[in-house]
Amino acid sequence: MTTTTPAPETYSPVAETLGAVLSRESRPPRPGALSASMAFGWRAMLKIKHVPEQLFDVTAFPIMMTLMFTFLFGGALAGSPGDYLQFFLPGIMVSSVVMITMYTGIEVNKDIERGIFDRFRTLPIWRPAPMVGYLLGDAVRYTLASIVILLVGLVLGFRPAGGFVGVVAAIAVLVAFSFAFSWVWTMFGLMLRSEKSVMGVSMMVIFPLTFLSNVYVDPATMPSLLRAFVEINPISHVVSAVRALMAGTPAASELMWVLVAGVALMVVFGTLTMRLYNRK
Amino acid sequence: MTTLAIETSGLVKTFGGNRAVDDLDLAVPAGTVYGVLGPNGAGKTTAVRMLATLLRPDGGQARVFGHDVVREADAVRGRVSLTGQYASVDEDMTGVENLILLGRLLGHGKAAARARAEQLLDAFGLTEAAGRQVKHYSGGMRRRVDIAASILNTPDLLFLDEPTTGLDPRARSQVWDIVRIVVAHGTTVLLTTQYLDEADHLASRIAVIDHGKVIAEGTPGQLKSSIGSGSVHVRLREAHQREQAEQVIASALATTVVLEADPVALTARLTAGQDAVAAEQAARALSELAAAGIVVDEFSLGQPSLDEVFLALT
Repeated sequence: MTTTTPAPETYSPVAETLGAVLSRESRPPRPGALSASMAFGWRAMLKIKHVPEQLFDVTAFPIMMTLMFTFLFGGALAGSPGDYLQFFLPGIMVSSVVMITMYTGIEVNKDIERGIFDRFRTLPIWRPAPMVGYLLGDAVRYTLASIVILLVGLVLGFRPAGGFVGVVAAIAVLVAFSFAFSWVWTMFGLMLRSEKSVMGVSMMVIFPLTFLSNVYVDPATMPSLLRAFVEINPISHVVSAVRALMAGTPAASELMWVLVAGVALMVVFGTLTMRLYNRK
Repeated sequence: MTTLAIETSGLVKTFGGNRAVDDLDLAVPAGTVYGVLGPNGAGKTTAVRMLATLLRPDGGQARVFGHDVVREADAVRGRVSLTGQYASVDEDMTGVENLILLGRLLGHGKAAARARAEQLLDAFGLTEAAGRQVKHYSGGMRRRVDIAASILNTPDLLFLDEPTTGLDPRARSQVWDIVRIVVAHGTTVLLTTQYLDEADHLASRIAVIDHGKVIAEGTPGQLKSSIGSGSVHVRLREAHQREQAEQVIASALATTVVLEADPVALTARLTAGQDAVAAEQAARALSELAAAGIVVDEFSLGQPSLDEVFLALT
């Protein structure tokens, strides 16, 4: 905690010094879409630097999820936690990362309440840049969470047959999908009135999506109606794709599913987000 | 014909059934401070948000330097800056980081953005606080970094939405000084405020708005003279002579006299439209007080304050 010692207010504006910074001459050209987005991404990184506590959700939370479910279900479902882990680790990685995507909406909503959003919206920049910036920062967080879970898994005895390449490819797919999925939250962040309601709606969406999937158990054991939902749930397909990559047996059809779902999410929710952003 | 920085006609914005801005007509000449004065909820902020392209009007037209705020929003954004009621900077970031971010978003390279940030922090007396998170700043410092962010690329039009609300008197006068310097360098300032003395000090023209409409417009002097020629303020030596003084003044000026909370003070509102007459009346009141043996310690003839204008109009 930094100490607050407001300096004595001895400032008085001087016409010469202030006048010197008021110039209409050296206006640089407007930044491109990429550099504007990167500037916002830099902001997201700075926020991690200043408020490192916010990394709690991408470190402690995934560790807790992994340990909890491995030992809770492992014995019952697969005979031993070690055996369960081979099946379960890719799933809990997807589940945890998708769960932490919802913080995106909360961040967006906080910025709106604070007023800095107004400043961004009056800038002559590529309109989606602030949103893309949030998501670029979040992609870093997703990667971090994935690595944390992988390390916990390796310690507990997870041995991916796909090796280093398979694991890296799997995490890349997961982070890319989460980036696309986060547009759902930017939309809610812009739409809902308070941080609390964003949180509430996020829970309503995220729990069914992550639990009613193939993360925890084999869908073959489920009643047919539930199984039908699980099989069209995009999260199930992400889990299958990630599992296959980690196992060293990439599944082209699952990857295709993830790609299509990701693009569809971005098109639909990205468009809705930008409509709200422009209308707000 | 002077160029107009802002021109609106019949501007409307409704929220549900509430017409926050209702048929608003404004014409703001370039290069001046234009005050928009009104009570809370009068529609000031809504109007500014439409002009700054943050909110879409429901009806009417608004142009900023000739650009339509809806159809040519991007061109408008290139020429304006906004400092809103809430600090439009990131409180979790330091002062210098906030300005570097803005610099990069406005197209400066990394090194240029840093140089510009440092130059601005210096001009606003914030060099020492540059590395501190904005949330640890005092209200005045926060406001200064906010204004610094707004002039990172010197805008042609600066919206200041209640820039001194919640500031102490010293920080307030700093903001006033900054506004004067900014406008002297050619930036038009649209200032909304609920403080009448603020508009009086800074603005060359004022629009008084209430319920989303302009109810009076003009120079501060015009607004004041529109409601009468002022008041006579009297302070007596002896409190027990006040009743007598009240009668003398009331009959001399043919107006009602208000007894102030201070037991030796009285105020009489002059009703005539001409200042010369007002002075004459005041002189007569003074000589009659002396003739009646009432000792007067202080006697002054004041122009109506904008507060009085405000209360008379709303």
